[in-house]
Amino acid sequence: MSFRIGCGAGFQGDRIDPAQDLAERGALDVLVFECLAERTIALAQQARLADPGAGFDPLMERRLRACLPACARNGTKIVTNMGAANPRAAAQRARAIVAELGLSLTVAAVTGDDVSDRVAKHVLDETGQPASALGPRLVSANAYIGVGAIVEALARGADIVICGRASDPALFLAPLVHHFGWAMDDYTRLGRGTLIGHLLECSAQVTGGYFADPGVKDVPDLAHVGFPLAEVGADGNATLTKLPGTGGLVTPATCTEQLLYEIHDPAAYLQPDVIADFSGVTLEQTGPDRVAIGGATGRAPTGTLKVSVAYRDGWLGEGQISYAGANARARADLARAILDERLTAPGIQDRLAHVIGNDTEQRLRYATRCTDRATAESVAQEVEALYLCGPAAGGGVTKSVKEIIAIASTLIPASAITPRADLLEPLHETA
Amino acid sequence: MRLHDLAHGRTGDKGDVSNISVIAYRRADFGLLRDRLTVARVAARLGHPPEAVTRYDLPQLGALNFVLRGALKGGVTRSLALDAHGKCLSSVLLDMPLDP
Repeated sequence: MSFRIGCGAGFQGDRIDPAQDLAERGALDVLVFECLAERTIALAQQARLADPGAGFDPLMERRLRACLPACARNGTKIVTNMGAANPRAAAQRARAIVAELGLSLTVAAVTGDDVSDRVAKHVLDETGQPASALGPRLVSANAYIGVGAIVEALARGADIVICGRASDPALFLAPLVHHFGWAMDDYTRLGRGTLIGHLLECSAQVTGGYFADPGVKDVPDLAHVGFPLAEVGADGNATLTKLPGTGGLVTPATCTEQLLYEIHDPAAYLQPDVIADFSGVTLEQTGPDRVAIGGATGRAPTGTLKVSVAYRDGWLGEGQISYAGANARARADLARAILDERLTAPGIQDRLAHVIGNDTEQRLRYATRCTDRATAESVAQEVEALYLCGPAAGGGVTKSVKEIIAIASTLIPASAITPRADLLEPLHETA
Repeated sequence: MRLHDLAHGRTGDKGDVSNISVIAYRRADFGLLRDRLTVARVAARLGHPPEAVTRYDLPQLGALNFVLRGALKGGVTRSLALDAHGKCLSSVLLDMPLDP
């Protein structure tokens, strides 16, 4: 009897209907929502600083409300990193939603990934300086944790496990380790489970999403693309598929694109619990929208964990304006030259100007990285001022001023952190 | 003949590192891709220094994986480009002529 694990989200903004479909018709043991990109957690940390009860995925409530009734009915557990910068608050909110829906499900929070209090001495790859040099510009520092605390939460009976930063494949590997009882030094199986997680973690990117190239790589019914699931055996080999009646396709071609997505050396995919080796992976079409995956192996992990450090790095000031019809390109180029002359503030550190055009419209985009907010606002303002003080017939100005949150990375010893799982006492809905 | 006639691919990004897969539609074409898609030619096509490009071969999948270090002008979080992730890079590479 294979273990069925599906992916209900591959990024924070992912579609919800296909996840609900998987929850309802997938006969899943586990549904994983992966919603935390490199920078998402820094934005969440800023939200938490503004409101101690915030800092988790803003779509968590919608996702849970869409999927929880079916998950409860079908005995499907949920593992997710939607806790972002505040897994505890997310778990409390999830517990309240469970109660409101009249369900009986146990929620766990996994914490310990936040290392902002112990990253100071570690040198950042990108800057060559210790993190402490960032001073008050440091926003967050989170280690990519492994399966340990997630497995513990499942073993203690959690139905919904909410983490912050964990390695993406670990969200999928953990339920496999728990279900099959794989040993943490069984690196072959951990490597195979990591492959399953890696192929699933971007949702539709393995079922025909991010794949279509009309006339060359056509994808049937992409509008209703289904999300993937894997049928996993005790040895860690698996078949990747999607639900009947959904759009998209699962073929060795879709799987190969996803296999290499965000992979550097295929023989050394560094994970907290294993160095997975994908160099010998095989993919075989065994039926319509069914691909057998095999050949992954693994070896002992490095003993260090990757840490993503987020820091404030100035401001983005940007504006766009369009010119159309006769002589449009010349007017767009003139607008650009005028901005080059007007925008000389020393706070502008970098700039990129380009004209995006077609036969009828030319749109100038002028983007800058500035030391401070006021300078970035002045850039946006100068683009808007082209209306009256620029070339003829400019229109459709848009402006954007945003703080830049940069990401750097470093390594810390795995022994420096102690992830933990806390199960929340259920709330009982009172009439 | 363009690369797009024989292969498909996808770009991924981690920090300031971009990786581009190139996958042969037909396994029979893999040898040709391996011969023609040298690091030097791919680097030139993408305007990247060749010493910052590494190629990994996966013959059993008919695939090559190009890793470009320092490709994203400081990474998605600092780049001023509209496509800050560099997600278009695979399509740009697929437009490359495949002359000997």
